[in-house]
Amino acid sequence: MSQVLLVGTYRPGRTPLHRLPVGPKVLLLAVFSLVVVLLRSLPASGVCLALVVAAALVGRVPLGAVLRAVRGLAVLLVVVSAVQWWVNGLARAAETTLDLVALAVAALVLTTTTPVNALLDAIVRWLGPLRRLGVDPERVALAFSLAIAALPATLALALETRDAARARGLGRHPRAYLTPFVVRVVARAHETGDALHARGLGD
Amino acid sequence: MRIELDAASVVVPTAEGDRVVLAPTTLTLTEQRVGVVGANGSGKSTLARLLNGLVAPTAGRVLVDGLDVARAGSAVRRRVGFCFTDPSAQLVMPTCVEDVELSLRRSVRDPRPRRARALEVLAEHGLADHADTSVHALSGGQKQLLALAGVLATSPEVLVADEPTTLLDLANSRRVADLLFSLPQQLVLVTHDLDLARRCDRVVVVLDGAVAHDGAPDAAVDHYVAAVTGP
Repeated sequence: MSQVLLVGTYRPGRTPLHRLPVGPKVLLLAVFSLVVVLLRSLPASGVCLALVVAAALVGRVPLGAVLRAVRGLAVLLVVVSAVQWWVNGLARAAETTLDLVALAVAALVLTTTTPVNALLDAIVRWLGPLRRLGVDPERVALAFSLAIAALPATLALALETRDAARARGLGRHPRAYLTPFVVRVVARAHETGDALHARGLGD
Repeated sequence: MRIELDAASVVVPTAEGDRVVLAPTTLTLTEQRVGVVGANGSGKSTLARLLNGLVAPTAGRVLVDGLDVARAGSAVRRRVGFCFTDPSAQLVMPTCVEDVELSLRRSVRDPRPRRARALEVLAEHGLADHADTSVHALSGGQKQLLALAGVLATSPEVLVADEPTTLLDLANSRRVADLLFSLPQQLVLVTHDLDLARRCDRVVVVLDGAVAHDGAPDAAVDHYVAAVTGP
């Protein structure tokens, strides 16, 4: 299970991507994402995917993590591709699939090569000027980092809930899985809130 | 540190009407190690949460070092650390060192010394080799040690621990207990482990939402056992 949970977790290293400061890295991700979305051609999507796979190789992102990230998108990919195929044809469906995979891997490369606290510090720095407008940069940064950190924790809850449903012979009943999963996610959100409150974060 | 509950009570509204979770309670805690024992749902965790401001009293007051928890929550939380039963709920960052760094964000602004201090804290708790390990890959005992390290990193004067050994095996339970009882901080320990309760200087027994006994550990534990098992 721990292997599944390592999706989106920082892995220390000394690659060029690890050494690249957070600002340029986030800017690159933003520009790359825009290019992926705006360029409407199948070859261009293939090139974008090749570029991001190359970045993953440079950042020494484990192949297993890349495959798990793509697998995590499987349902979304199937649904979106099917709709695109039906509405716009096979070429557009393939292009959309490649684009989504490229964006997922790009996000994975960022989180795998960047410590969350470095992201947090950068967001606090960038939002500093907004203090005058009443924005609390620490609080905004904490929200961002929690969103990233919540991914593996939510995956763990999903797997535990699925196993619990299976153990009771209810593996084929979506309600027996989804209802307790949602309840547990909300409960975990409350617990996390309590934990942050207890540590004085957000005071 | 002087912790005072002045007729503090907690009442929650339910469909059937108001439910008293903790009846008006007046206590003054000054001992170095205070144990709190009681059955599940008796109100002991609520009592513990009042001390850190996680729960606000419906009536009455809670004072820590003279500060009203309801009015000066931030200042109180700087003095009172809190450790939960389930460490997984308390660990919110992806890796061990990042989680400790999160605790240090308010006190150490500069990232480099903050990282260095976080690594020191991990080393102090035997987790130096796990700095970059995912918090999800740790064992239950390691998670609880990391959760404690995250709390102790901010050097609180009081540590409130709500059943910190309940989910641990024997070896890890003893390891965490030994750490708790070696701390210089004042300790308020909610526990089902009666041996641990007996190691405290004073034990408060909470039953059915009220303090049923308060005093020396052996007498308090005997009172609790008799109340639960009957004469």
